[in-house]
Amino acid sequence: MTTSEASASPPAVRIRGVRKSFGRLEVLRGINLEVWPGEVVCLIGPSGSGKSTLLRCVNHLEKVDGGRIEVDGELVGYRRKGDKVYELKDREICRKREQIGMVFQQFNLFPHMTVLGNVVEAPVRLGKMRQREAEAAGRELLARVGLAEKESAYPRQLSGGQQQRVAIARALAMRPRLMLFDEPTSALDPELVGDVLAVMGDLARDGMTMIVVTHEMGFAREVADRVVFMDQGRLVEQGHPSEILERPSHERTQAFLRRVL
Amino acid sequence: MPEADRTTSLDDGNVAGDPRGHGDDVRAVPLRHPGRWVASALVLVVAVAVASSLVTNERFQWDVVGEYFFSSAILSGLWTTLWLTAVSMTIAVVLGIIIALMRLSPNPVLKGGANLYTWFFRGTPLLVQLIFLFNISALYPVLTVGVPFGPKFFDIPANDILTPALVAIIGLSLNEAAYMAEIVRGGINSVEHGQTEAAQALGLRRSVIMRRIVLPQAIRVILPPTGNETISMLKYTSLISVIAMPELLYSAQVIYSRTYETIPLLMVASLWYLIVTSVLTLGQTYLERRTSRHRRTTETFAGGLLRRLRPHDTRVTAGRERP
Ligand SMILES: Nc1ncnc2c1ncn2[C@@H]1O[C@H](COP(=O)(O)OP(=O)(O)OP(=O)(O)O)[C@@H](O)[C@H]1O
Ligand SMILES: [Mg+2]
Repeated sequence: MTTSEASASPPAVRIRGVRKSFGRLEVLRGINLEVWPGEVVCLIGPSGSGKSTLLRCVNHLEKVDGGRIEVDGELVGYRRKGDKVYELKDREICRKREQIGMVFQQFNLFPHMTVLGNVVEAPVRLGKMRQREAEAAGRELLARVGLAEKESAYPRQLSGGQQQRVAIARALAMRPRLMLFDEPTSALDPELVGDVLAVMGDLARDGMTMIVVTHEMGFAREVADRVVFMDQGRLVEQGHPSEILERPSHERTQAFLRRVL
Repeated sequence: MPEADRTTSLDDGNVAGDPRGHGDDVRAVPLRHPGRWVASALVLVVAVAVASSLVTNERFQWDVVGEYFFSSAILSGLWTTLWLTAVSMTIAVVLGIIIALMRLSPNPVLKGGANLYTWFFRGTPLLVQLIFLFNISALYPVLTVGVPFGPKFFDIPANDILTPALVAIIGLSLNEAAYMAEIVRGGINSVEHGQTEAAQALGLRRSVIMRRIVLPQAIRVILPPTGNETISMLKYTSLISVIAMPELLYSAQVIYSRTYETIPLLMVASLWYLIVTSVLTLGQTYLERRTSRHRRTTETFAGGLLRRLRPHDTRVTAGRERP
């Protein structure tokens, strides 16, 4: 799906002038970015450029210091009333987060629950489904990520690649409309990266809206609709993967790509 | 398998398939440890001396020990000790979790209150706290239920409700809660922050995350010291004897103050304490095994015990692992 044909519908994510500092350190310095429904956006950039922070602001794991983020046309973490903006209660933030799945570099599976337990935890606790129903749906998801036979294993009995695929299934169990991936393959042995990227590719082809922070340029080239290059808290340039990865116009992008390719 | 290749090439007298080899293997003389022999001999001498005195020193009066060991006064004292430990420990665990959560809260008032609590109860001796509490009626003769500076609902004379049993429970559990809070806090902090974040990203609420994700993982860290605290608590209940509550020690004291058979009755009490602490230690091992099950292979407690009691089995398995 190209940007032009998707722009008929409202953006899935709209990031406007977002700023964020940790103490004195300005990590995001006015970020503007739109992501359209069904679009896959790969976020690339050097370490410390603020990619993770931006992603974490989208589901309010970090609070922004300025600007605003809307997901499906609604502010994340805040509510507008008149011309004032109020912070939401824990419960309301949680409801918004249900629609946003997130996959972390370190998997963060719950080690005391089985694979299936990990997948059904959120839908059952949040009253989306009954245990039985959630388990059936969970098994389907595990089959989708190629781990049908591992449902009663514990996370530490799985390889990193398998754990990350469980983490994807767990995020999908809430039927999110947007998926955030923060370097999902960076903690994996090279031979395990492929399986995880394949699952992500399938998800993209099924029309999921995705923001993916990654150093896998091959994935960006093949799967992404758009590549966004960030440096020092700013969005430096963006465009079609072939454009950004083959003919970057900005000097900093060129320098970065020379290092990673 | 490069490992095996290397072994055989080093030892050319070896027959393939028999890694231990035979014939040419080195017969090493084990290193001698004369120091260990001396130390062992000393320990043995002391042990024999203690054992023989236990048997030959008639002033232990083993017949008296036997006579009182199952006496109803002692057994009822033992029962008091047991339930006092259980009740106080249960309250202390619950209170400890609450205080730990307060200490971890971003609210400075809650945090400050919890810090003050821990500071006070860890900074003064339990015995002093108990005596203080027992004499609280001197400080507050009348307990008033109501709002400070506001309406009063009702008054009760302190002595009417503060029975020795209640003083004991309150004293032991308030004190223990301060220690439990530290243990729980350490356990909660030991759980990676990524766990909370993953749960938050799923849309789980803070209370659910604590109950379903963080505490169950913190348990592994919390349980072993809690077991130790329970055993300490059992022994600390003997301090309750100062407020004349007939737990195990006080029951023994009541008897020997009448019969002057001090030593045998102290032996009775000590033996019972030893028996109960031993049982608690066993239970602790069992619980620790169960809670850490997700990180090990599935070995049951009985299976593990059997395996350790039969060293022969371990050798067979160890041999199979390294063909
Ligand atoms: N919670 C925090 N407290 C203080 N500083 C932080 C925090 N989180 C991130 N930072 C800092 O913010 C900057 C941007 O971090 P961020 O994780 O967003 O970078 P990144 O682009 O994801 O880098 P990487 O590729 O290494 O993951 C870094 O300098 C980091 O040290
Ligand atoms: Mg990062």
